[in-house]
Amino acid sequence: MCETLAGTGALVRLGLRRDRWLLPLWILAFAMMSWSSASAGAGLFPDKASRIEAANTINAAASMVALFGRVYDPTSLGSLSMIKYTAFMTAALAVLMVFVTIRHTRADEESGQLELLSGGRLGRNAPLAAALVISFGASLVLGLLSSAALAATGLPAAGSLAFGLGWVATGMAFSAVAAVGAQLTTSARAATGLGVIVIAITYALRAVGDLAEPGPSALSWLSPIGWNQQIRAFAGDHWWVLVLPLTLCVALVPVTFVLRARRDLGGGLREERPGPARGALAGVWDLAVRLQDRVLVAWAVTVVVFGVVIGSLASGATDFLTSPNAQDLIRKLGGAQALTDAFLAAEIAIMGIGVAAYGLSAANRLRSEETTGHTEALLGTATTRTRWATSHYAAALAGVALLMLLTGLSTGAGAALSLHDGSQVGRITLASLAQVPAAWVITSVVLAVFGWAPRLTSAVWGLLALFIALGEFGVLWNAPQWLMDLSPFQHTPLLPVGSGGIVALVALTATAAALAALGYLGWRRRDLTA
Amino acid sequence: MTNVVELNGVVKRFGTVTVLDGLDLAVTEGEVHGFLGPNGAGKTTTLRLLLGLLRPNAGSIRVLGLDPWRNVATLHRRLAYVPGDVALWPNLTGGEVIDLLGRLQGGQDQARRDRLLEMFDLDPTKKARTYSKGNRQKVALIAALATDAEVFLLDEPTSGLDPLMEDSFRGCAQDLRDAGRTILLSSHILSEVEALSDRISIIRAGKVVETGRLEQLRHLTRTSVTADVAAVPQHLELLPGVHDVVVANHRVSAQVEPAGLAPLMQALTAAGLQTLTSSPPTLEDLFLRHYGAATGQAPTGAAASGGRPDNV
Repeated sequence: MCETLAGTGALVRLGLRRDRWLLPLWILAFAMMSWSSASAGAGLFPDKASRIEAANTINAAASMVALFGRVYDPTSLGSLSMIKYTAFMTAALAVLMVFVTIRHTRADEESGQLELLSGGRLGRNAPLAAALVISFGASLVLGLLSSAALAATGLPAAGSLAFGLGWVATGMAFSAVAAVGAQLTTSARAATGLGVIVIAITYALRAVGDLAEPGPSALSWLSPIGWNQQIRAFAGDHWWVLVLPLTLCVALVPVTFVLRARRDLGGGLREERPGPARGALAGVWDLAVRLQDRVLVAWAVTVVVFGVVIGSLASGATDFLTSPNAQDLIRKLGGAQALTDAFLAAEIAIMGIGVAAYGLSAANRLRSEETTGHTEALLGTATTRTRWATSHYAAALAGVALLMLLTGLSTGAGAALSLHDGSQVGRITLASLAQVPAAWVITSVVLAVFGWAPRLTSAVWGLLALFIALGEFGVLWNAPQWLMDLSPFQHTPLLPVGSGGIVALVALTATAAALAALGYLGWRRRDLTA
Repeated sequence: MTNVVELNGVVKRFGTVTVLDGLDLAVTEGEVHGFLGPNGAGKTTTLRLLLGLLRPNAGSIRVLGLDPWRNVATLHRRLAYVPGDVALWPNLTGGEVIDLLGRLQGGQDQARRDRLLEMFDLDPTKKARTYSKGNRQKVALIAALATDAEVFLLDEPTSGLDPLMEDSFRGCAQDLRDAGRTILLSSHILSEVEALSDRISIIRAGKVVETGRLEQLRHLTRTSVTADVAAVPQHLELLPGVHDVVVANHRVSAQVEPAGLAPLMQALTAAGLQTLTSSPPTLEDLFLRHYGAATGQAPTGAAASGGRPDNV
């Protein structure tokens, strides 16, 4: 065993050196968000009566339960304040851990960096062990820091610890899941996709399970994200539930090593099959679509499933109409009067941000194609820079529009069925399409940065995270108005609630076009860089 | 003869690092021009400038009379490029990549494509992620050679190829020259450039330090000769064109100019020649001999190191 693990320590140090900005920033972001949410809760729900009111409202609304879960102790401030964090942000944490794990396993193997290192005194299992040490360590620090952040706001120490340990255990479990995925596929993208699909399934399982009356059904207990909710931090602190994710983790780790032992370096479990000897790709546009199509299909399936589920919960949104305080709450959460519409508008806005993330990642192809040297090969042909950049940029824009169209159609179809009102499809589709310009702005920021500061292209993810945080906490933080106005999502009309907003949409589209023009200007003037 | 490629006083800086420092280079129509230099001399940077992938800080660049920075599409329809570091899309097959690059170039000769596939013994149905370095190189070479370009810019085209494939490549390059195409062939392997080139330019530290026909550059080349003789003759170093003579027991080694070969052979034959090996000078030798002073190394440094007792 020792022989196969030789060099693990050196690889851990190398990994931490490479991630010296990325990991601390993300860890800090999660801890900060926990802190913000907990301190905001104290202000929003000052007394027991207001908490019970809010908690009962959430627990009565199927849509809220499906999205966030239940408040298990209506009198507990922590249980109520952290309702968005036990499932929703836990899924985000799981995505982060999948990214970190894949980055240090399959991605290194695919790029050949691991082969370079393997010539040294490096055991066969060392890279996998080092990746797990890094992602387990990141989970541990992230969870404990969040515990400290929660306790610092005045929440009970035991509950804070239970909450943080839940994140530690869940993060570790999904790191192990990602490590298994990394053994199965030959590409890092596919391995990441596999991990995200597992997260989506576990999220959906607990959504359906939580909807069962009176409480979570067996389905919730099949889901690691459901387990995290059942720890019930601040609502009884069921410590023993922590055993479940830890057991999953301990069970999966040997599986990853066995799978690793059964395959060659760089290989997957399946042998690579031969492909066509003749190519049908007619040009850079075909190539851009080909490089993107599988990811786009995966996103399309996700938004359609999510849309149908959200749409069919639309009738449950009226359950909120129980008291004036409930109306007040939904106004805080959604920002409009017609409650069904407010619910749908809020959900579509979330989908809009998700699809903006797709646009961002698709446009990031510009940079990854350049650094891998593919762009050099293409620009050596009669392809112009503008034409090449347009292929990826336009593919990203088109993908965003398509995904929002599918979101609208599926949400509309779900709503039409649950409300017995066929007219929903048209108006919800329009509402969904109204999210497109903001997502296009994010996509275009990538092109602008790529044109002028190519090495910072992936930093646009940080900008998106900032915009999301501003949307969530900007008011609570007393963020200055100009900062809030920077976010394109602030300018998107919340349809189908309001009307109009055409001016804002035109302005957003014009901003996207201006950013793109700026990007093209820089890209046509600069050197190719690795 | 018109110049197909022309660089005058080209300067290229990356931040504070000057990679090309007043580079002049001219490649005339229909020739194979060898572009020789050690690693990091600026060969790849020069080729990337010729493609318009980089923009010069100073100087002028013309390829086929066009500015590569401005006239990309027009120019690239008439040239073909093989990058020094070939990166392929891992999930496309070799055949797909060849066809894609060919179409972007404005069309390939399908018969020639298939002939090249056979000649280079490449399986086009394999995914690019399974190709070795040599096979990736073949994909880029076939894609370029199957086009009808007027100018070929090849950046170390045989790196990773086995000797048989190198031979196939040489055949292709000769066919292209016979068809009147122009080739700029960058390399750090002297023998490869010698075998193919009509003219050679040598680049070092961002400047072209020598350029001319191979015969004109002969003064740069000294043959390395090692011989076992019955009795070592005295004063071999006094023979014209014979340098760096080292004697160890019955073994003599020396660096010899072309003019010195005949007198040395006579002397060695008279001394009872038993074995003889000779090898053309390596590029490294060449640089050490002629430009050692400029790099801060004494020209005699090589001779001194060659003076180690060598009993094997």
